[in-house]
Amino acid sequence: MSDARLSVFKTYKLYVGGKFPRSESGRVYEVTDAKNNWLANAPLSSRKDARDAVVAARKAFGGWSGATAYNRGQVLYRVAEMLEGRREQFVREVADAEGLSKSKAAAVVDAAIDRWVWYAGWTDKIAQVVGGANPVAGPFFNLSSPEPTGVVAVLAPQDSSFLGLVSVLAPVIATGNTAVVVASEKSPLPALSLAEVLATSDVPGGVVNILSGRTAEIATPLAAHQDVNAIDLAGADEDLAKELEIAAADNLKRVLRPQAVDYSETPGADRLTAFLETKTVWHTTGALGAAGSSY
Amino acid sequence: MHDVRTGAATAPRYPYPSVTSRTPGPRTDAGVYSRYARRYARLVTMPTTAPPAHALADVTASDSTLRRFLHGLPGVDAVGLEARAASLGTRSIKTTAKAYAIDLAISMVDLTTLEGADTPGKVRALGAKAVHPDPTDRTAPTTAAVCVYPDMVAVAKEAVAGSGVKVASVATAFPAGRAALDVKLADVREAVAAGADEIDMVIDRGAFLAGKYLKVYDEILAVKEACGANARLKVIFETGELSTYDNIRRASWLGMLAGADFIKTSTGKVAVNATPANTLLMLEAVRDFRAQTGVQVGVKPAGGIRTSKDAVKFLVLVNETAGADWLDNHWFRFGASSLLNDLLMQRQKLASGRYSGPDYVTVD
Amino acid sequence: MDMEMLSSAFEYAPAPESRSVVDIAPSYGLFIDGEFVEATGGKVFKTVSPSTEEVLSEVAEAAEEDVDRAVRAARKAFEKWSALPGAERAKYLFRIARIIQERSRELAVLETLDNGKPIKETRDADLPLVAAHFFYYAGWADKLDHAGFGADPRPLGVAGQVIPWNFPLLMLAWKIAPALATGNTVVLKPAETTPLSALFFADVCRQAGLPKGVVNIVTGDGRTGAALVAHPDVNKVAFTGSTAVGKQIARTVAGTRKKLTLELGGKGANIVFDDAPIDQAVEGIVSGIFFNQGQVCCAGSRLLVQESIQDELLDALKRRLSTLRLGDPLDKNTDIGAINSAEQLARITALAEKGEAEGAERWSPACELPSSGYWFAPTLFTNVTQAHTIAREEIFGPVLSVLTFRTPDEAVAKANNTQYGLSAGIWSEKGSRILAVASKLRAGVIWSNTFNKFDPTSPFGGYKESGFGREGGRHGLEAYLDV
Repeated sequence: MSDARLSVFKTYKLYVGGKFPRSESGRVYEVTDAKNNWLANAPLSSRKDARDAVVAARKAFGGWSGATAYNRGQVLYRVAEMLEGRREQFVREVADAEGLSKSKAAAVVDAAIDRWVWYAGWTDKIAQVVGGANPVAGPFFNLSSPEPTGVVAVLAPQDSSFLGLVSVLAPVIATGNTAVVVASEKSPLPALSLAEVLATSDVPGGVVNILSGRTAEIATPLAAHQDVNAIDLAGADEDLAKELEIAAADNLKRVLRPQAVDYSETPGADRLTAFLETKTVWHTTGALGAAGSSY
Repeated sequence: MHDVRTGAATAPRYPYPSVTSRTPGPRTDAGVYSRYARRYARLVTMPTTAPPAHALADVTASDSTLRRFLHGLPGVDAVGLEARAASLGTRSIKTTAKAYAIDLAISMVDLTTLEGADTPGKVRALGAKAVHPDPTDRTAPTTAAVCVYPDMVAVAKEAVAGSGVKVASVATAFPAGRAALDVKLADVREAVAAGADEIDMVIDRGAFLAGKYLKVYDEILAVKEACGANARLKVIFETGELSTYDNIRRASWLGMLAGADFIKTSTGKVAVNATPANTLLMLEAVRDFRAQTGVQVGVKPAGGIRTSKDAVKFLVLVNETAGADWLDNHWFRFGASSLLNDLLMQRQKLASGRYSGPDYVTVD
Repeated sequence: MDMEMLSSAFEYAPAPESRSVVDIAPSYGLFIDGEFVEATGGKVFKTVSPSTEEVLSEVAEAAEEDVDRAVRAARKAFEKWSALPGAERAKYLFRIARIIQERSRELAVLETLDNGKPIKETRDADLPLVAAHFFYYAGWADKLDHAGFGADPRPLGVAGQVIPWNFPLLMLAWKIAPALATGNTVVLKPAETTPLSALFFADVCRQAGLPKGVVNIVTGDGRTGAALVAHPDVNKVAFTGSTAVGKQIARTVAGTRKKLTLELGGKGANIVFDDAPIDQAVEGIVSGIFFNQGQVCCAGSRLLVQESIQDELLDALKRRLSTLRLGDPLDKNTDIGAINSAEQLARITALAEKGEAEGAERWSPACELPSSGYWFAPTLFTNVTQAHTIAREEIFGPVLSVLTFRTPDEAVAKANNTQYGLSAGIWSEKGSRILAVASKLRAGVIWSNTFNKFDPTSPFGGYKESGFGREGGRHGLEAYLDV
């Protein structure tokens, strides 16, 4: 037998509208591991890729936000199942990307899988926790319910390329939003591989769109995009975050500013509520009969 | 004052076009309800003999057309209706407007006694009060009518003779209306024969609630016929028993289709009688009915209106719903008894600047 | 009997609310650290009654230094106020609520004078809601642990609040009540054209014994507001007003730690289906666009009527508009008062003219406008399409644009076809349709078979460019807590 079989490299691609295109720009950039060894070429997304991703996310919004919360929970749980099956692959990719030992990388991947399970369980509970009937002083039934904000641009954390990514992405889609994700600039490969999992997990095409490349270059058109409703700045540094927040004001995007987060800890519901709108509906009730008022 | 139904001179002063011609052509009527007319016009065969009295005559061609018409009327949102009535109740009617409203209200009172213990003496006293409501001030207007049981009509007629005050009589086995039709009609004929100018009938609420609309309609028609050419017919729905506003709207249209001269809320004998909301609803009905057919119908809230303040609120409802054409005792009445004394005390207060008291009005 | 005597129309005699119940001083300073003080440099501006153009008072114009003074006072007061047991903060707020109830007639007249809106509205809507709002949030002050934001949620610090002129005291209540309940201190800037009720509120705070510096009122124009929003020691910015200014504020606070909530413009759709309760729908349309002269962010300024009932509905609507009474806002029978300012009147006028120029059909009831003051007759435009300016831009005046639709899908598509998302109305007697349409509308507040209803327990706020964050209810606490 020969010493070693020559392995087959993977061509990493973007994930847009449920498909795996190359960047329309035809550009790629070199992705290295923590020790600067070449890992792969990743697509270097352009503003047009961002635009296409927004179109795909908008198109998917109606169906995904209209799906039952139970259904969304099933889909998110399916993502965890699929990830579990490809655990070894992700452990390797995370170890490479973040320079972690196998065991530490395994812990990160396990936490990421568990995070999908956590949010899968939230989909049909958040409305009960943050919504409810309001006891208005009049003959009305008044109900507040959370609704997804719409298309959310997500700048994934730069350092925590997989657990951080899952931690910011899962809550966005759990509540019915659709997402355009900008992967960690330096370590995009776990994100691009996650796309393969999503594509085989019943997540409808366009619900999650994943772009790799220069965060600032992709995020700037997203922050200014009039058809994006919100932006999570987790992966932006202070200067970029400010610049993007200013751009986001043009259509009053909901902005989640970057903050120090320990992604290994169980999250609260904050990231769920950050991209929810409260809709309050008043219905007239009145008495059953026309006894009416009397003077 | 002319009843437009008699074809007399006065055309409604209503700002919107009404149906005046039966020749086919482009729709000129713009009433809210015309779509129902259009919808149901197709469902019935036009009678070849007597032309319909108005544009909606076809809807009473059969039980099913009548039912579909009544159930096709727009629904009533109770909260919105009551809110509108309450909001109009906040109008502030002061000084000259108040004086006008109080005199108008007095002139609209159907001064009523409907008791088992009624005697000729009691009815004569009531008649005298109707003719001269304020013994200290002969400028006070007379009331519109006295309202009595059929067997008291002759006495009442005599008591108000020459004054212009009408005599109204409840009939049709008032207040329950639970009697055979010929008994009810005999009741009506007796009252009319005794000289009643107006007949206040009760509808068969049981039939209405059972969905037998054509039975209710036919009965009103029969009573209307028994009223003859001279007595005006008020149709009492007993709104408290109909219970829902949707029912009250349907009953209003049913009554008007059957030829009611007035639609009236209640007998005064049940727990819930006239309210601002149910009266507002009936005012909307007569407004829309005229827009639709050109026929003007009066409204009479009865029972539970006891103070001048209440009465003025009802007049505001009339003014801002049906409009000024109804601000006249030919088209609007109050079925009341104790209301009159309160109106008179308020009238005295306006004249003298002092508050009056019950010893300065007559107890009857 | 001579009925001729009574045959004149029922003309309502003037029924003016007494102006003497309110005593307006010739001048007012800024309310900082519990005292009225002059502005640095002594600059003042006049506030006028929009219905007569009479000058009501002169009010200090706060410069940047004054805003700084106010923020420092609020910062100083924050330490003790936030440390106060919630139950004690609650009692202050209950006191405020009660004093507002006691003084509601005075405050209603004041608001009507300064704003131009009818006394009927200040008396029956604004003031009762103001008191109710303080009552509601008073009760939260010692129950924050149970509000769903975790144990012992902390206040943010100093809240800088900028409010509009359309509901001056009510917007103050919406801002101040939750801020104080959660332990923040505030610097509030009322609108330039309606500063008086906020200054009277300062006196309410005095009567309630509220500690100095907890509430500070700085009067002035947009520059004062901009200085407040930009102040580095403000932790929370809350703004109600135009979308354009809201965007500017969002840019200003970008890159800071300031928490921001915005309640901005709208172009609400009032959707009337062919099975609507017509008479109530007409009332809802009227209240939707003519309440407060249409100067309401959640106004139902677009009437979407099902084409099959268009004629009937418009006839009924026009008949109803003909009964609206426009005139002296202090008259208890006035339905339509004055437009708040010459500037706003000019904007409404220009947009209405644009509507005509673009081919929409204009209609107003016969309506005599007073010779002085700022007035605009109730107006409706028919033959309006989505492409018309008056169907897209917020007019903020008594101008209704009427559009038609054929199917529920089309109604929803048209209703949502706007950059705004604050309010909408649905009129139908079919329950399932109401629920389906309500779930599809992208708006924060939806009224089914009613319109323009408000309640302190009911969260209020918009989608899209109508802003973010909610005021009212449990949700309204979040804007003032570090969560």
